[in-house]
Amino acid sequence: MTSILKTENVHLYYGEKEALHGFDIEFEQNEITALIGPSGCGKSTFLRCLNRMNDLRNNTTVTGSFKIGDRDIYAPTTDMTELRKEIGMVFQQPNPFPFSVYDNVAYGLRIAGVKDKKVLDEVVEKSLKQAAVWDEVKDDLNKNALSFSGGQQQRICIARVLAVKPKIILMDEPTSALDPISSAKIEDTLLELKKDFTIIIVTHNMQQASRIADKTAFMLNGDLIEYNKTSKMFLNPDKQQTSDYLNGEFG
Amino acid sequence: MEINKKILMPSKETRQERFGRTLSFISISAIVVLVALILYFIISKGISTFTDNHVNLWDFISRQDWSPSTIGKDGKPEVGALPMIVTSFSVTFLSALLATPFAIAAGIYMTVIGPKKSRGFLQTVIELLVGIPSVVYGFIGLTIIVPIVRTLFGGTGFGILSATLVLFVMVLPTITSLTVDSLNAVPKHLSEASLALGATRWQTIYKVILRSATPGILTAIIFGMARAFGEALAVQMVIGNAILMPKNLITPSSTLTSQLTTGIGNTVMGTLGNNALWSLALVLLLMSLFFNILVKLIGKRGKF
Repeated sequence: MTSILKTENVHLYYGEKEALHGFDIEFEQNEITALIGPSGCGKSTFLRCLNRMNDLRNNTTVTGSFKIGDRDIYAPTTDMTELRKEIGMVFQQPNPFPFSVYDNVAYGLRIAGVKDKKVLDEVVEKSLKQAAVWDEVKDDLNKNALSFSGGQQQRICIARVLAVKPKIILMDEPTSALDPISSAKIEDTLLELKKDFTIIIVTHNMQQASRIADKTAFMLNGDLIEYNKTSKMFLNPDKQQTSDYLNGEFG
Repeated sequence: MEINKKILMPSKETRQERFGRTLSFISISAIVVLVALILYFIISKGISTFTDNHVNLWDFISRQDWSPSTIGKDGKPEVGALPMIVTSFSVTFLSALLATPFAIAAGIYMTVIGPKKSRGFLQTVIELLVGIPSVVYGFIGLTIIVPIVRTLFGGTGFGILSATLVLFVMVLPTITSLTVDSLNAVPKHLSEASLALGATRWQTIYKVILRSATPGILTAIIFGMARAFGEALAVQMVIGNAILMPKNLITPSSTLTSQLTTGIGNTVMGTLGNNALWSLALVLLLMSLFFNILVKLIGKRGKF
């Protein structure tokens, strides 16, 4: 196992208020890591530190070390656009652009300056296949992406991220707005994708974490309580708080 | 008996609701009747040029001589409205063309780029521009723009160019504020998605925000054009009011609206001269109807 992303002593402040209280966490390549914890524990906030989406919010300060390979994510020399091509993100609400399916998936390549129709066609098809939505949209590539169901929209959004060929994909509760059948399809997709990508997923759904994640991190009130192999954590957690949370004592 | 009465009689709340419903029904009926009457009046007056005075409709929209009280060489009254129609469309399109880039740039600054503090200030400035009466715009145009145009391009200074410049200032706030609304209506998660894919801010503005807001921006432009098309007073003060086919942008000419305001006091009700003006009003009415339908059509397409 090789480590791909390593964070140390992560603190985050909204103005004066500290939201993340300093913890270390290391992510392995080609694994799915789940971040779980009750609402407001800081898991989404932490996720958004990894591709610097928190920079968009005013008044947010992030300290600590974030390294992808041996490069510092927060170094002043970091090219934000390059970073975000390397670390893609799928959001909680399916958020396709109000364009055609094709234009959605080709977006990342087009902004990178790819104009060759043949290359675009290939990547669009491959990405939609990887996201397991090709069969449902292949006849309607010119139809507005918003005309598809929520689950299909979310998989189009996943394809849109895959098209840029990121190393790591961050997912912020990608199935929480979807019905169980669509969620199951996306979970299957993720298990396929981890052969080629590293996935870090925030989820509210503990069963989902236990089904798909190799490792799970349990967060509470801005602290990392426990970080372990998923099988170990769900059967025999080290910490009492983890056990209580998993057994539904609180949260 | 007492309970029976209580249940069967309408309660206080029911009576209040009936009262409110009747009141709003009366108000809305009054508005509908008013609109219908105005439409009827303008249409019946407007077509009397063609029905009572037997002017050929094609002559009306294609001939260039306007002098309803005199009989032309061919024995027909001269009611060719083409110069006014052409001028009206010219000032409308030119002012919208000029104002749109400014409005979009200002809209982007106010919604995406600019600091939050400056947005409120700019909003106030724009609302102020809307509130200035058109006669003031016309007066400023007359004393500042017309002399400048005269010095720069020669001629009298009156004409389409001066009218375009005055209308530019008048439609700019309309187009800007509606553009701001449509840019604000682009969901924030779309720009987040774009940035998360490695787009720069400029790429996000250009390829996602503007593209998503296009139907709204088109609506804004059409509203601006409707305002420019219908503006009478300010245009009348700077256009020169000569009913001639405009040869270029700096010769005096006349729009539908300016001819209406100039001519309406000098004609007698029921004569051809008066009826012909009503026909001009009918053209204006049909155009504003057309603009409205266009807005509706675009609005239908641009839902998120």
